[in-house]
Amino acid sequence: MTDPMPGDAIDFEQLLRRALVPVEPPEELSHRLETALVELTELAADELESWELSAMRDPRNWARPVAAVAVGTAAGAALVLLRVRQRAQRNKSHGVRGFAARTARDVTDEARKLLRRD
Amino acid sequence: MDDERKAELDRDFSELYRAHLRDVYSYAYYRIGNHHDAEDLTEQTFLQAYRHFERAQRESDGRPLRPWLIRIAHNLAANYYRDRARKPTAALDDAGPISAPHDTEKLVEGRDELQRILAGVDQLPDDRREALIMRFALGMDNREIARALGRSDGATKVLIHRAIRQLEEIVKTQEAAA
Repeated sequence: MTDPMPGDAIDFEQLLRRALVPVEPPEELSHRLETALVELTELAADELESWELSAMRDPRNWARPVAAVAVGTAAGAALVLLRVRQRAQRNKSHGVRGFAARTARDVTDEARKLLRRD
Repeated sequence: MDDERKAELDRDFSELYRAHLRDVYSYAYYRIGNHHDAEDLTEQTFLQAYRHFERAQRESDGRPLRPWLIRIAHNLAANYYRDRARKPTAALDDAGPISAPHDTEKLVEGRDELQRILAGVDQLPDDRREALIMRFALGMDNREIARALGRSDGATKVLIHRAIRQLEEIVKTQEAAA
């Protein structure tokens, strides 16, 4: 007598593989995320660079570079992305190219606001 | 950190991002159950990963970073449910996966069965559901899943085995009731 279980188990695993197919992320998400990561990285680096040379030795100026570092942290970045997302959703109907340009601009603007706050 | 090192890190992170965006999104989608929140979870995962990337790379000792990335998503998903005090109560989005590699005929033939399986996956305890998502949607092996869940290889093997058996029972019960 043969044991039907191994075959059944393999069939079921194949079904599971078919049910749980990988899901492609929406193109808009990829674009938004890539733009945000690039912008945040570059902005924080720029801020640090310009301040390091002229002002880092004066403790009164330390708050601003610290804020620049914070932009690279999840909390700051999440805040920026959240605001950008809200605007992006409002602007959704205006085409992909316009959306991309606005997203890049929004990320930069929001990150700058965070820097100014300190 | 000097410029050269930072550029190297950014390049490595960029590779990690490109290689695993679909993995993180797939995990988030099956874990959360809708595309909107899956997008949020994916964003947060990569931002967290970027923040801690240098250390993770240093401590990985050359091992793949996918389990680390999925572990971040796993922790964020747990926070998502805890903070909002909600669980996935509905089936996955009606639209279904965006890129299903089935041909249309097969998809129609097996649709009910696959739907029953997905509904069954939703009924599993969190750890079992996650293990199955990692194994079947992401194609992770036991060792990778163990690292992502912070368990031993042996415990992970048992977890997956039990998850499959429980899911089979759920699906059989659903079929009998249909």
